[in-house]
Amino acid sequence: MTSPNGGAVRTAATVPHPGAGPAAARPLAIEAVDLVKTYQVKGGSEPVRALDGLSIGVEPGIVFGLLGPNGAGKSTTVKILTTLAAADSGRATVAGRDIAADPALVRRAIGVVAQRSGADPVATGRENLLLQGRLYGMRGAELGRRADELLDRFDLTDAAKRQVKTYSGGMQRRLDVALGLVHRPEVLFLDEPTTGLDPEARTAMWEEIGRLAGDDGLTILLTTHYLEEADRLAARLAIVDRGRIVTEGTPDDLKGELHGDAVHAELVAAPADDALAVYEALGRVPGIREITVDGRRVSARADDGAAAVPAVLAALDQAGSPVAAVTVARPSLDDVYLRYAGRSFADAEGGSR
Amino acid sequence: MSSTTLPAPAPAGACAATGGSRLVEGAAQTWYMTQRQFMAFARQPAYLVITLIQPVIWLFLFGALFRKVVELPGFGSGSYLDYLVPGVIVMSAVSANMWAGMGTLEEIERGTLNRFLITPVHRSALMNANVVAQSVTTAIQSLIIILLGWIGGADYPGGVLGLLILVLVSSALGTIFGAFSNALGMLVRQRESIIGINTFLLLPLTFLSSAFMPPALMPHWMQVVARFNPVNWALETGRAAMSAHPHWWSVLSHGGWTLLLAAFAVWLSLRTFRSYQKSV
Repeated sequence: MTSPNGGAVRTAATVPHPGAGPAAARPLAIEAVDLVKTYQVKGGSEPVRALDGLSIGVEPGIVFGLLGPNGAGKSTTVKILTTLAAADSGRATVAGRDIAADPALVRRAIGVVAQRSGADPVATGRENLLLQGRLYGMRGAELGRRADELLDRFDLTDAAKRQVKTYSGGMQRRLDVALGLVHRPEVLFLDEPTTGLDPEARTAMWEEIGRLAGDDGLTILLTTHYLEEADRLAARLAIVDRGRIVTEGTPDDLKGELHGDAVHAELVAAPADDALAVYEALGRVPGIREITVDGRRVSARADDGAAAVPAVLAALDQAGSPVAAVTVARPSLDDVYLRYAGRSFADAEGGSR
Repeated sequence: MSSTTLPAPAPAGACAATGGSRLVEGAAQTWYMTQRQFMAFARQPAYLVITLIQPVIWLFLFGALFRKVVELPGFGSGSYLDYLVPGVIVMSAVSANMWAGMGTLEEIERGTLNRFLITPVHRSALMNANVVAQSVTTAIQSLIIILLGWIGGADYPGGVLGLLILVLVSSALGTIFGAFSNALGMLVRQRESIIGINTFLLLPLTFLSSAFMPPALMPHWMQVVARFNPVNWALETGRAAMSAHPHWWSVLSHGGWTLLLAAFAVWLSLRTFRSYQKSV
C-alpha cells in the first residue's frame, strides 16, 4: 500500500461522499494508519491478532462510529489511540499529535469514557470530577465551576454529594461522560457507552451524545456493537471485522450502496387473474426490479425507494389496481455488515469469542 | 497530507506543566491521589475497627495465655506484654499491608487505574500515593496498638524516641509488603494468588522472628532463618531502640536493611506497574 492514507483512501474511492473535497483540506482529528496489535494470550500458543492493519481518518467536529461485533478490535483501537496501549506497528495522530512521539500532549487533548466505569465508588460524584480536573492541572474556583456546570448538564446536581456507589447504572454512565469532559477535550472517545444500560437510560444517553456532537469543535469517536446506535448517532461510520476496517462511509452511503430499498405496496383489492397486469405495469417503471405479488401485497426493490414511489403508484393505478398503503424500507446496517464482513452481525457476535 | 507538519493547537482547558513546575505538579498530584486513599479509608471506619480486632486478640488473649513464658530461663524480659507489643505491631503492619494488592486489583478491574493512566498524571504519583497512604495508615495503626498496650499496663523503657523508631520501622516493613503485594496483584491479576500467598506467609514469617519468643530460646535452625527474615529485622530494630539502653548499632544495621528492602520493593512495584501498562 503506497498511499499515505492507507485504507482510508481505498474506502473513500469506493464510497464517494459529498464532504470528501473540502474535508481533505482540513487536518484530521484522528488519523490511524495500518495499526497492528497482537496479544499473547495466556495458555495459547499462537498470539491473537487483535488489529490487522486498521486505518481510519476522522474529520474534526463529527461523531465517527466504529461498528463491529465483540472482539472485532474496537476497544484495542481505542486503547491505542488513547495512549493506554502501544501498537506493534503502524502510526496514528490524535488532535494533530503523534500518539507514540507525544503521548503527553495527546492525553491533554483527549477525554475518554471507557467501557468500565472507573469512577471511584467511595467518593462523591463531585469529588470524582474535582480529582479528575486536578489531574489535568485545573485548580480552584474555575475547577469548581466546571464541576458544577457538568453536574448540572448531566442532571446529577441532586446526587453531587452522594457516594458514587449509590448511583444507578445510568447515573454512573452520565458521570463517566462528565469525567471525560472536565478538561474540555478536543476529541472524546466513547467506548460502548450504552452497553449494560436499560432501554430508558440508553435513550437518554443517546440524546446526550447527540447534544455533545453539537458542541463546538468536539470530535467524538464512538465504538458500539449496536447497529441502531451507530445508525442513529454517527455522521460517518467504519465497520470493523477481525481487526480491519471492511468499509467506511455515512450510514446512508453504506446502506445506499446496497442498491435497493424495499418498496412494499398494499393494494385495495387483490388483482384479477394472475396479476400479470401488475407485473407488466411495474416492469415498465425505470429502476424497479425483483417484483413479487402475493395476494394484495406487492413488493419490489428500487435504487431509490422514495423517488420511485410516485411512479409505482401511477403505474399500479393505470393497471387498475389502486394502492391502499405504501412503505419504503431502507436497507439496514445489518445488510451492510452481511455484505462486507461476509457473515451476519449476529453470527459474528456469537462466533467472535 | 501529513498531519504531523501541522502546528499543534494549545491544549484545551488545561495548563501544560513546564520544566521547573514538573516537580511541584508531581508532588501535588501525589498529594491528591493520597488524599483519595485517605478519604476512602475514613469513609469506611468499619475497616479500621476490623484491622484492630486481630492485634487486640494477640495482645490480650495471647498475651494473657502465655503470660508465664517470661519465667523461662533466658527470656530476659519483665512482662510478656512489654515483650509482645512490638511483636504485635510488626505483625499487624505485615498483615494489613500484604492485602494492598487486592485494592490495586479492584482498581484495575473497575477501570479506575486505566482512567488515571489516560490522564496526564505522573506515573510515579500513582505509586507514590500508595506508598505514602500505606505508611501513614500503618503508623496510625502502630500508634493505636502502642496506646492499647500502654492501657493494658505495658512499659516502654526506651521512651518516645524508641517508640518513634518502632513506628517508623513498622511503616517501612508495611511498605515492603504493600509494594510486593501491589506488584503481585498487577502481575498475576488473581485474587486467589494473593490470598494464597498471604495465608501461606503471614504466620511463618511471624513465628520465624522474635515477635513472640526471643531468638535465644529458638531452635538453632529457626535462629538462622530469622536472620534473613525482614519481619525480624524490623523487630530487632524496634526492640533495640525501645530498650532502656538502646543498641544503636542494631538499630542502624537492622533498620538499614529494612529500608533498603523497602526501596527495592517500591522499585519493583514501579517496574511491574510499567509492565502492566504494556499489557493493558
